[in-house]
Amino acid sequence: MQEEILTRMGDGQLVKMSSTQVKEDIAAATWDAADRGKIPELTKAEQEHLFEIIADKNRVVSVSHGEEVVLTDDVSYIRLNQDEGASGGMGIPISPTIAMLIHERAFAQDSAVLGATGFTGKAEFNWKLQEIELTHLLLTVPMLYVSGPNMLTFYKPTGRFDNPSDLLPLGKINEARQVQEEAAAASIEDLVWLSRHLADVGVDCLNLDTIAAHGDTDFFVALTAVQKLKKLVPEMAIEMGMASEFVMGMHGQITFNGKRLAGMYPHDQLKIAEEAGVDIFGPVINVNRSRSFPWNLSRVVTFVKYTSEISNIPIHPNVGVAVCGVPMCSVPPIDCVSRVAKALAQIGKADGL
Amino acid sequence: MPIAHGIAAGMGGIRTAGDLVMRMQLSRRMRLPEAKKYVAEKLKVSSADLSDEYIMRNLRSELGIGTVTSLVGGSNGMAAKFRIAELLGIEISSVNKFKEKAGLGDLPD
Repeated sequence: MQEEILTRMGDGQLVKMSSTQVKEDIAAATWDAADRGKIPELTKAEQEHLFEIIADKNRVVSVSHGEEVVLTDDVSYIRLNQDEGASGGMGIPISPTIAMLIHERAFAQDSAVLGATGFTGKAEFNWKLQEIELTHLLLTVPMLYVSGPNMLTFYKPTGRFDNPSDLLPLGKINEARQVQEEAAAASIEDLVWLSRHLADVGVDCLNLDTIAAHGDTDFFVALTAVQKLKKLVPEMAIEMGMASEFVMGMHGQITFNGKRLAGMYPHDQLKIAEEAGVDIFGPVINVNRSRSFPWNLSRVVTFVKYTSEISNIPIHPNVGVAVCGVPMCSVPPIDCVSRVAKALAQIGKADGL
Repeated sequence: MPIAHGIAAGMGGIRTAGDLVMRMQLSRRMRLPEAKKYVAEKLKVSSADLSDEYIMRNLRSELGIGTVTSLVGGSNGMAAKFRIAELLGIEISSVNKFKEKAGLGDLPD
């Protein structure tokens, strides 16, 4: 009788699988990723390596000496002082500056993030910039500032533009495309305005996060803003983290540098991001809650390994809740988190996480 | 979760030399092996030493580039970043902004 392996489902629940079942899931998932992305499957040796990482009897696993990678993230201070809805925040009533110092010195991270929480408009932005200047005096690790196109905030009922999700069911396809293009222009203007102010106060890196959450128009906004910012404020680095493995065609026809954005998988997203001037790229692979953790992680490593192979810039796969193999649950189990990190560093050849 | 990732595969920030390698990715787009090699050469240690707390704690203190534990008279924050920019031969925007405001020129050799 085969020894059972304790692992999890994509929603975080513990399950027992035989080694044959785990190997079959790894093989099926690398084939699925290769088929969808038109990329190579993991080799037999890589599949065996991934199996060993997953089947390790230790609860927490790690890389060997010298294989460590650097860490960036999108929620450093939010994690400490806000609620679960804001990226798993713990609700400790402390300032963003103090939260970042804890992130740097108690969590031992390689960078720390500030963001737009509390920012309700351009007129109120001065105090956020002063908060950044103050934090610079105390923080040693590079400071990132997280933002993004936030396309949904431009559409009704929140914003001033008609909502394409209202127009599309009515068959008003051209109108839906037109309004997305108008909202994109406004979003680009806002993002460039914000970023120039961030560069003025010495932010090390703009972290454009959850990109293409609203599909191809959202991706277009981010790419165009990067292209403009690399001319205006080249001293500020830009990291681009994606929202999912596949760019949805909310517009369907929008292009950047002559390439259609809808339908792009991570390796295609990377190349267009490189063209725009992005300095660090964060691929995302979706998690399927109904599939096993081995199945999910095999897909992730297949996509990330190929993306890393063809990249000219550092790759930091996004490894938050419900992306790149981390289960879709509020408090991700440490056994899965450590296996994701190890697999992406050793097989995925990530430059960071 | 950042602690779990850090324990499993992270360099360790200012416990070691993770922030320095991070800066080379940001300022020069260096892939990980190249960034580690660059920082190791500047610090005169091996690439593997960059993640070794035993080696890096004392070296960071000697170089005044920030330590994870607080030291009276030690350098952290802006003071450490002045020295990191000089050590790695890179521009750090917040350091340059501070120099402008304080009327400081380049640091003497």
